[in-house]
Amino acid sequence: MAGLELVSDAGFRADGRRPDELRKVRARLGVLARADGSAYLEQGNTKVLAAVYGPHEVRGSRAKAPPDRALLSVRCSSAPFAGGGERRRRPAQGGTDRRSGERALLLRGVLEGAVLSQLYPRSQIDVHVQVLQADGGELGASVSAAGLALLDAGVALRGAVVAGSAGLAEPPAGPPVALSDLSAAEEAAGGPRLAVATVAGSGQLALCQLSARLHQERLRPVLDAAQAACQGLHAVLDSVVRARLRQDTAMEH
Amino acid sequence: MTRARSPSFARLSARHPHGAAMKATPLSNCERRFLLRAIQEKKRLDGRQCYDYRNIRISFGADRGCCIVELGRTRVLAQVSCELVAPKPSRPTEGVLFFNLELSPMAAPGLEPGRQSELLVSLNRLLERCLRDSKCIETESLCVVAGEKVWQIRLDMHLLNHDGNITDAASIAGIVALCHFRRPDVSVQGEEVTVYTPEERDPVPLSIHHMPICVSFAFFHQGTYLLVDPTEREERVMDGLLVIAMNKHHEICTIQSSGVVMLLPDQILRCSKITAVKVAEITELIQKALENDQKARKEGGKFGFAESIPNQRITAFKMESAAVDTNDVEEQAGEIIAKADPPSEVPVVHTPGTAQIGEGIESSWGDLEESEKEEAAEEEGESEAAAFECVKVETEDTSTLKETKSDEPIVVSDSEEEEVVILEPQELPRKTRTQASSKQENPSKKAFNKRRRKKRTSR
Repeated sequence: MAGLELVSDAGFRADGRRPDELRKVRARLGVLARADGSAYLEQGNTKVLAAVYGPHEVRGSRAKAPPDRALLSVRCSSAPFAGGGERRRRPAQGGTDRRSGERALLLRGVLEGAVLSQLYPRSQIDVHVQVLQADGGELGASVSAAGLALLDAGVALRGAVVAGSAGLAEPPAGPPVALSDLSAAEEAAGGPRLAVATVAGSGQLALCQLSARLHQERLRPVLDAAQAACQGLHAVLDSVVRARLRQDTAMEH
Repeated sequence: MTRARSPSFARLSARHPHGAAMKATPLSNCERRFLLRAIQEKKRLDGRQCYDYRNIRISFGADRGCCIVELGRTRVLAQVSCELVAPKPSRPTEGVLFFNLELSPMAAPGLEPGRQSELLVSLNRLLERCLRDSKCIETESLCVVAGEKVWQIRLDMHLLNHDGNITDAASIAGIVALCHFRRPDVSVQGEEVTVYTPEERDPVPLSIHHMPICVSFAFFHQGTYLLVDPTEREERVMDGLLVIAMNKHHEICTIQSSGVVMLLPDQILRCSKITAVKVAEITELIQKALENDQKARKEGGKFGFAESIPNQRITAFKMESAAVDTNDVEEQAGEIIAKADPPSEVPVVHTPGTAQIGEGIESSWGDLEESEKEEAAEEEGESEAAAFECVKVETEDTSTLKETKSDEPIVVSDSEEEEVVILEPQELPRKTRTQASSKQENPSKKAFNKRRRKKRTSR
């Protein structure tokens, strides 16, 4: 496969990381003044911005308002300047292509499991995610950013929503190595890529998406690597949220 | 040829993992509760076990690359076609693959044509990942002239009937059609490209490395119960879905979780093991079907859709017999009869020229249990015979009425019912039918048919 490019003999990846190392994470809460909650997340060169409006009254027809829970509306889009892989057909005005549509669907599934929507009957929560720069792991970054934005908006959640990705490198000499947090070059190499999302740091996966062929026996190490990536990211984002809370409470006094 | 598609994403609703279509009949609460309760007791509506697939039927059309796959009642039609086009600039030596699944209102009333619904997007993306990203087709072999002409293989799938689990049926249909397809042979001499017609040279099959097959797992009750191959009803009440695509070499081609699922990694690993077993079975089935079709074509036998449509009924689906567990029905029935009160004497006034169709009599559930058992043992489809008997019962009704009028004082309840009440606790009417005298036989048969009719009208 493409093992040579992914992991060198010394055990370093193309960007100098170790196989289980995550990319540098930078996160900011409350970046948009108008939105109820917003977050900006950078994972390496992948930059994602998320905004949350709500909970508010259901726009449009009242009939769509579910009587016992909140209506979660998710929109994902990729900025035209985001780059990220092959030339994609530009979608029609105001529309999104299939890839963004799928991402929105998956994101909604994760957030529905995380948001305690029974506390907000007949209301709507809008989540908008925009990918500003794509360098691998956009789905995971979108999920994490949306989770941060929901925290910033004060929506009740079961726990922090974090996502991570992992892949597998098969160097010609040596056993296959699981890689955490793939970059775009590693994703394009054609090896298997797994994206998972966890809620509340529990061992359960709210999202699991695997592309490209992976032998059944190699699934376990890749799953473990992905979960480890989630936990690592969770630790970083946790400290960011706490710092923000301290800042907010300090300003109030 | 490009498809003009205007993707317009309305606010995604939060109803179901696959998005509720506006015109679909909503599922009633009692049906939802019933399904969930049955799943808790590990029972499915069609009698399958948790990990059982429905029957898969593969039939081929007369053209190469056309097939219909029936998974239970879900039907998907797949058609492969090819065309010479210019390659993508970034991949000058690779052929182009195009996959498309269409949903139409023909399959189910809630599916709207053309509009990019969530279900359509998720199905298409999943099938694309399953077939394209897994590299099951060798695209390098589709190159004719590097940078100028390559084959574009187009796989179109149409959903003909929606009874759940479109993903699996479509993935089987797709891979079978691709295996079945033959593209025209082509030869290049310098600058000249000659495409041979099927008469000049035999068409060439596509080079397919492996056959990825999707297996769907539906999760219920927050991930406690899982079912393989959900039907449409089960899909409506499920929490979330996990699709694992695998080939027979135990290579996972794609995993996709959708909806609200909370899965443990162990559950995913267990599902992958189940998938391996199922994929092996399905791959064997596919190989056999392809071989049979190949044999039929070579030997000059008949092939095509017209041959494979069942000759019994064209317009309706045949009901398959479902195994019903009747082991403890007798004990249960006996208990209920023992506890039940005997039917009270209800004053019923008969006027000449009217017939009574069994209403107004206090039913004792024990009687109904027995007749249900009989119905389960009897064959279905005796509508004509039953109709005859209905007519006969009516005439007998009036005749017995006249008899009772003339012979005895007015009986408060129907004489037939009384006799049946005496008979049933001791002897099973099934047995009395064959042994008893005709006098005893007729009332029990009449009562049985009356109840059959009552059951049919009440359905």
